[in-house]
Amino acid sequence: MMGGKRKSKKFQWSRKHLIGLSDLSRQEIEFILDTAQGFEKFSTRSIKKAPTLRGKVVVNMFFEDSTRTRNSFTLAASRLSADVIEFSKKASAVSKGETLIDTARNLEAMGVDVVVIRHGAGGAPKLLSRSINACVVNAGDGFHEHPTQALLDVYTIRRERGSLEGLKIGIVGDITHSRVARSDIYAMTKLGAEVTLIGPPTLMPGGVGNLPVKISYNLDEVIEDLDVINMLRIQFERMGGNPFPSVREYSHYFGLTADRMKRAKPDIIVMHPGPINRGLEIESEVADGPNSVILKQVANGLAIRMGVLFLVNQAATQKGKEE
Amino acid sequence: MAKQVSEKILIKNGRLIDPKNKIDQVTDLLIDDFKVVKIANNLNDSAVRTIDATGKIVASGLIDLHVHFREPGDEEEETIASGSAAAVAGGYTSVVCMPNTNPPVDKATAVEYVHRMGRQARKTFIYVMGAITKDRAGQELAEMGLMAEAGAVGFTDDGCGVQDAGAMLRAMKYVSMFDLVISQHCEDHSLAQNGVMNAGYKATVLGLAGMDPLAEEMMLWRDIQLVKKTKARYHAQHISTAGSVKIIREAKEQGLPVTCEVTPHHLLLTEEAVADYDTNFKVNPPLRTQKDVEALRQAVSDGIVDALATDHAPHLQSEKELEFVSAPCGMVGIECALPLYRKALIDTGICDWSQMLAMLTWRPAEIIKAQKGSLAVDDRADIVIIDPDAQWSIDVNQFHSKSRNCPYQGWDVKGKVLYTLVAGEVRFEAKGHDAVSD
Repeated sequence: MMGGKRKSKKFQWSRKHLIGLSDLSRQEIEFILDTAQGFEKFSTRSIKKAPTLRGKVVVNMFFEDSTRTRNSFTLAASRLSADVIEFSKKASAVSKGETLIDTARNLEAMGVDVVVIRHGAGGAPKLLSRSINACVVNAGDGFHEHPTQALLDVYTIRRERGSLEGLKIGIVGDITHSRVARSDIYAMTKLGAEVTLIGPPTLMPGGVGNLPVKISYNLDEVIEDLDVINMLRIQFERMGGNPFPSVREYSHYFGLTADRMKRAKPDIIVMHPGPINRGLEIESEVADGPNSVILKQVANGLAIRMGVLFLVNQAATQKGKEE
Repeated sequence: MAKQVSEKILIKNGRLIDPKNKIDQVTDLLIDDFKVVKIANNLNDSAVRTIDATGKIVASGLIDLHVHFREPGDEEEETIASGSAAAVAGGYTSVVCMPNTNPPVDKATAVEYVHRMGRQARKTFIYVMGAITKDRAGQELAEMGLMAEAGAVGFTDDGCGVQDAGAMLRAMKYVSMFDLVISQHCEDHSLAQNGVMNAGYKATVLGLAGMDPLAEEMMLWRDIQLVKKTKARYHAQHISTAGSVKIIREAKEQGLPVTCEVTPHHLLLTEEAVADYDTNFKVNPPLRTQKDVEALRQAVSDGIVDALATDHAPHLQSEKELEFVSAPCGMVGIECALPLYRKALIDTGICDWSQMLAMLTWRPAEIIKAQKGSLAVDDRADIVIIDPDAQWSIDVNQFHSKSRNCPYQGWDVKGKVLYTLVAGEVRFEAKGHDAVSD
């Protein structure tokens, strides 16, 4: 009844898992965005629910802390009338030594249809998708991918500018440990944007030059050209050693300060995947300023996750019928 | 299959390849009283048993410098008995067990225990290396002398490199008293950074921590400087990078007592194999790039590589089913190593059977100072009979090993071990071939 059939009539979504964006086509990415658009108006209705996933069970398996992604998925599933099981590492058998696969198989035995997983290990969702029949949606795995975050990022940019074609986008910060950066790179470049990664060499991953991106170690040199700037969170919990000497020095070179903003285009879009380290990668004045779309990103995340849950379920149902 | 040890065996019409004695000819061998007693054409004897080896290769049994048979401590993964059975099935008549067991082999009693289990298994000949440092902790020297008296053939903290240069220097100085080899797993932890695959673009895309080739090369280079000072005999385990090849090459050119080994997986597989987070491809050192594979093969061709070793490393399926970062490193492969080496080295024109067998027999034997690896009259009758062109499919479910963590499942390969004899006794005989007579 909603979403899918709006624009590209001939296209049929066929994936029952969403693990990452690296192997998605532009058409598939746009199809998700179009589907999400159909769900966007739900938040403004007086009755915010659709019966689309009634009788389905979605489990949120979160092995890492998360506030917005988890709540977003929970709310998205609830809006589609699914039953939601919340699972977190501390409250589960995992801490007693049960493996990921065992845990998932046990949950599946309860008749789970979709597993939304966040995990500290890259590849955990892929492992899961090989081992169980339920749909698997990646809510962030290690520093591999965070597809729904990137989808909501490009959705937000598209809402602001109509298209990503030809836009110059800067992604600033800890690229090495960022799953958001990786998924963003795939989504943004596939939709026609030109991406520049900006940060100190110690936070650039190996072989980064093989990605379809430009690299800069100097934010001041490139900021004037950017249409969009995405400030990544410095992930202290993931960084080994000390990739930069101090927070002060990092902010000096790579922080998005009000002062630095003066050199940017007046309509530059300022993004951040959250949670923000205020005063570190971004000053409050900028985060809360007129160019910031940070809260719009959160709102759009809900529509994206409703779209994704809807699509993977539809694909699974379709596959079930065919089999 | 247990026959009398005193049984005479006549091997007829085989292509005897004995690279140490530069022999490659079709001939007959008579075996009696553990030994080769005659080598000549048209031998006849009232031997109880005759093996027709027409069209087959007859060679000294293979020697593997690097296996993990997990005993004591992890008998659910492998035992010395199951590992030994796997070894003879792969044509290996001697293997060197690594000391990273639980508890580790860092005392003479542990060396004796491993030997005893090997004798009881009565399959392949079991050698063992002792740990360089107590508890393999990288600090205090283990009792290398007493372990040497118990029969240890060298020392290594395998699984870990000795991080502390001072400790390594002491170990090299001390061990020169016994003229045994120091065998190093080269990995500088400060550079390895808990990497779980080769560092670079592939690791970046998969979101996995990468292990820089420098982690291996830096420790190798450091150790070579220590060898220059101490003149200790030094063996670099499972080298995996083009840079390591260069370092070894230069060390050899300087005449230093340095040797190295290469595994089948580093000669055949690249980091591309990790694409699907299949933990059977998680190994340490990690699979590298095609450029490294080429460099290793070139090193074989140039004679830089002294030994081909499997690093047979069994793990439970339940452990390997974990997230890539959490799963243990290692793969089994001693039962299919020979055809894999054939694929990597002979089919590619890198070397011939004689050169390949040298790296599987007498050259590794010299590293551990074992009087083995040749097949002349009066030599101990450790023998492998190989059908060089037999085609078969690798099936982990047929393995004698207790573990199944093998990345080659389903591969079609060429070259099959038909018989393995240890001290004149048939310890392995392939099922379903028709080379048997009598």
